[in-house]
Amino acid sequence: MSLHDDNKQGLVEWCKRGEPMIWMNAAAVTVSTLAVIGLLLLLAVRGFGHFWPASVVQAQYSLPGESSVPILAERVEVESVPIEQLLSAGFKIHADEAFVKRELVKVGNRDVGGADFQWVITRHLENPKYPVDAVVVERREWGNFYGFLRDVKEQGEVVASASESADLAWAAFEERIARASDIHEKISKIEKKEIGSINYQFEKLRLKERGLALDPDLDPSRRQVIETDIALSRAELDIEYKALQGQLADLYTQWNRDSFTIETSSGALREQRMATVVKAYRPNAMHLGQKIVFYFQKFAEFLTDEPREANTEGGIFPAIFGTVIMVLIMSVLVTPFGVVAAVYLREYAKQGLMTRIVRIAVNNLAGVPSIVYGVFGLGFFIYFLGAEMDKALFAEALPAPTFGTPGLLWASVTLALLTLPVVIVATEEGLARIPRNLREGSLALGATKAETLWRVVLPMASPAMMTGLILAVARAAGEVAPLMLVGVVKLAPSLPVDGNFPYFHLDQKFMHLGFHIYDVGFQSPNVEAARPLVYATALLLVVIIALLNLSAVAMRNHLREKYKSLEM
Amino acid sequence: MTTDKAAVKSHAINMESLGRNRSEQSIHDEDITLSVDNLDLYYGEKQALFDVNMVIPRKKVTAFIGPSGCGKSTLLRCFNRMNDLVDTCRVDGGISLDGSNIYDKRVDVATLRRRVGMVFQKPNPFPKSIYENVAYGLRIQGINKKRVLDEVVERSLRGAALWDEVKDRLHDNALGMSGGQQQRLVIARTIAVEPEVLLLDEPASALDPISTLKIEELIYELKDKYTIVIVTHNMQQAARVSDYTAFMYIGKLIEFDNTDVLFTNPTNKQTEDYITGRYG
Repeated sequence: MSLHDDNKQGLVEWCKRGEPMIWMNAAAVTVSTLAVIGLLLLLAVRGFGHFWPASVVQAQYSLPGESSVPILAERVEVESVPIEQLLSAGFKIHADEAFVKRELVKVGNRDVGGADFQWVITRHLENPKYPVDAVVVERREWGNFYGFLRDVKEQGEVVASASESADLAWAAFEERIARASDIHEKISKIEKKEIGSINYQFEKLRLKERGLALDPDLDPSRRQVIETDIALSRAELDIEYKALQGQLADLYTQWNRDSFTIETSSGALREQRMATVVKAYRPNAMHLGQKIVFYFQKFAEFLTDEPREANTEGGIFPAIFGTVIMVLIMSVLVTPFGVVAAVYLREYAKQGLMTRIVRIAVNNLAGVPSIVYGVFGLGFFIYFLGAEMDKALFAEALPAPTFGTPGLLWASVTLALLTLPVVIVATEEGLARIPRNLREGSLALGATKAETLWRVVLPMASPAMMTGLILAVARAAGEVAPLMLVGVVKLAPSLPVDGNFPYFHLDQKFMHLGFHIYDVGFQSPNVEAARPLVYATALLLVVIIALLNLSAVAMRNHLREKYKSLEM
Repeated sequence: MTTDKAAVKSHAINMESLGRNRSEQSIHDEDITLSVDNLDLYYGEKQALFDVNMVIPRKKVTAFIGPSGCGKSTLLRCFNRMNDLVDTCRVDGGISLDGSNIYDKRVDVATLRRRVGMVFQKPNPFPKSIYENVAYGLRIQGINKKRVLDEVVERSLRGAALWDEVKDRLHDNALGMSGGQQQRLVIARTIAVEPEVLLLDEPASALDPISTLKIEELIYELKDKYTIVIVTHNMQQAARVSDYTAFMYIGKLIEFDNTDVLFTNPTNKQTEDYITGRYG
């Protein structure tokens, strides 16, 4: 056969060369890559549009046969629907087209109209305008307010009015919002940090007192001393507390000093306290640069603030913090345990039936559904271990449980248990890959087995341990089901790390991004407002897991570089 | 290239002097370091060594030759009890080092291996710096004083004829060295703990000819201080470097004699066949 054989049996030859296989492989890779990119894009588009300051439209919405209603709203989303659907829903509109456009608008003013969102049929929005003086007010409660600023008042007296000068009024308004926000910050600092810390000390004193009552053998004179001590500290704290209360009352009066009047789209005037405002802006008056700055401010707020209004507004910082700290504690727990177990299995245990059974058991443990771990964590760690710990160590706090209730520690321990098999398997593989001649080299120099392990084998197996840890982190950070049983809550009043000794409060409940997604998506009273947050939070969860993983990967690569003889 | 030629030349000179120094003395006049008495060794059911009896003279080079699988490496690994690492391995008979049985229950294997060092076929430096490789044996003995370590590292590297090549990069990773350098580093690492006996298990078989020459020169220098036992496939190498040679065949010690005698005038037919290349 000549080398330049014509391709008379082209297809057969093509198959023989293995080309179909190559094409199939390439197609599979393409599909997987596209799926991942598509997923991230969808999350980003759906989630991150939320922070953009959309224009506010003013229009008359008049359906045939009904009186027209003034509307002032943000446009959220447009879709085409078959006209039959609208007709059957009771809209009396002309059936001249097969499809009509309708859109979701955010009208806000929940305290006035009852609902934040409304569907409107686009072609019945009459003479839409984008008035530059339309104001969006983000409030601490009741969601956004849309309207036109009329007056700014100080202690009931008008200090600036839009009827005189819209710009002056707006400037006064912004200035007073800034002032109110400053005061609010001070108030929350006192309430959360300082009074929180005093309450914490009060609680400690109470526990100390209770501890005294539980200890009947204490020398009476000693008891006397401690009791006086407690009384003294309590008196001191009381004084501090009173002082803070005074400060607070003062701040609250200042906070409530200003107010403003705002006109709704229907012309009604409402007076509101400046204290209720988080921020206010005039989207139609903003140019692109301002909008971009606003967007990033809003995004930063989302990352660093605490949630408001049943998690549908504000930020998700506590959830990010909770997720990261839980994963870190889990890593600290699971790595030594997994490594020690793997070292025993691979290096010390006599290989035989027993080790095979243990290995099979470990591998099967990796396949147990995670909720089962949650149940185990609740039953064993919390109700048994935690309750026993309370009896032994925190008896004075009983009947209120300290560790006998779901919390950060138990969530981390449960996840550590869940990811233990991954670390064991990865470490074992790493140990098995260390060349025999390196071990022999160390032994031949008079090192014992333990010294060889510690100085040569374990450092060289460290990249494999990191691989195990990476897989463990990836699995743990995304788990939600077991966490619901062992420590995650919808809203945690404080972070598990704070300024009160011992700084780490492992007994506290915490928030978690995965659970936050579930909560906002399914348990929220305000579905439309929550939807973009679900996407944004989901993307953030992906990003955080990726970051945790990347840092572990970077560490592994560093170790690999250091102990690269394995690749020889 | 010039350095290579010089190396070959100096090697040739060494080989000549080596030949002159070598006397026709007999094993019975030597001071004995290791003696092997009726040694049988089994891997599970299979017997790998049959009733081996021999002595290793002090501060001389003893070579083991023989075809692959004849048990020469196995015998070598008995001297520092490396065979203990094989679960199924069992030993009958005894080996004594300076008169005391190394297979005695009270013997601490780590101490034994400190006294009987070993260099393997494939260079196996640890993935650490050159300095740390040499200091390893001392560190596990708990010696961490920098002054002591510095001194020992320099002395050992000089002893292994490596100092001049690496003195400026002591803290580089040892895996960046060439194969021959790595093997000399392993020798330096071994002599850093000052053993009495050096076991070399085909130390040059993974190296190029120039590196091999360097190792052979090194062996020649080291025998002033250490008792050396070398396993080799290469009969010329055995003839060049050793004072005594043992020929082994299928687990048995066939002949053991002064190297010159064994290579020029073997008493056993099998030995003669092997060294004349009729099999093996």
